[in-house]
Amino acid sequence: MNPYNYLYLAALLFTIGAVGVVVRRNAIVVFMCVELMLNAANLTLVTFSRINGTLDGQVVAFFTMVVAACEVVVGLAIIVTIYRSRRSASVDDASLLRR
Amino acid sequence: MLEIQTPEAIMFWVLAPLSVIASLGMLLVKKAVHSALLLAWVMITLAIFYIAQDALFLGIVQIVVYTGAVMMLFLFILMLVGVDASDSLTETISGLRPIAITAAVGFGGLFVSLIGRAKLGRDAVGLKEANANGNVEGLAQQLFSTYVWPFEVVSALLITAALGAMVLAHHQRSVARPTQREQSIARFRSGSLAGAAGLPSPGVFARHNAVDVPALLPDGSAAPTSISATLKARGDMLESRSFELGEVDNTVEEEK
Repeated sequence: MNPYNYLYLAALLFTIGAVGVVVRRNAIVVFMCVELMLNAANLTLVTFSRINGTLDGQVVAFFTMVVAACEVVVGLAIIVTIYRSRRSASVDDASLLRR
Repeated sequence: MLEIQTPEAIMFWVLAPLSVIASLGMLLVKKAVHSALLLAWVMITLAIFYIAQDALFLGIVQIVVYTGAVMMLFLFILMLVGVDASDSLTETISGLRPIAITAAVGFGGLFVSLIGRAKLGRDAVGLKEANANGNVEGLAQQLFSTYVWPFEVVSALLITAALGAMVLAHHQRSVARPTQREQSIARFRSGSLAGAAGLPSPGVFARHNAVDVPALLPDGSAAPTSISATLKARGDMLESRSFELGEVDNTVEEEK
């Protein structure tokens, strides 16, 4: 099978994740869509690693996973902190700086 | 191109549409928990794709780290935060959705056509040679030689993230928790005495006294304060009108 098909799939998943970030209002769902985009990028890296015949792509994908894990931990802690002070997990409600 | 690998093609054409449908469902379902489960499914299919592409280690790590740790963390936070009105799919910024969908179609189309037109100039190599000593050994070789400095930096990042999460999640009360007596005094001083003796309890007496039905006031209207805010936000509230005396079918059916 042509490995380029994985690239098309990754592009689709990345686009869907981007739409989710823009459209959804619950901060946790927005965050999950960011995770989807990161995963799509990882699929691209793994596929290019296969196309090029070297393991560098897989190493970079591994680093992406570690960074994504850190990002989830800190991001969710921020969401919990905002929820504690504002009683809402909606991204539209966090507009304190606007006024 | 690589030689024709039919099992992989079948696997791809079965799982790829499923993962796209699941990720679309993630955007469309109302409840955040359902999106989390759909995302977990997408991550499992991606792990299968990694393993199919000779990235055995990454496939296992994907399942352990993403579906195991990250999604559990998401579900845990969902339970902690609970459900509120932000789950609703109604559009708050007018015109946002059409713009987002148009932009996404353009962006995705550009992406896909770009991949379709891009030529690498040579065939895909495959990982047989690079994985000759095993995938884990090959990755370890890379990690501890070429990428040893990024590896150390990433470990520092992990420690910083753990510390940061602890600092952010640690919570100290700035005001003392109000006691029962203070709450009672505040209720009486709130201006209206309607809630002084506590809020009305839910349920329509003798007809349906579950917590999801607002109580009926003497004039027959529903008392909105008798329902928990969480149930209201989740949309699990029933109309109390259907339990009013006038509209209930009073004929008794004998059950055997």
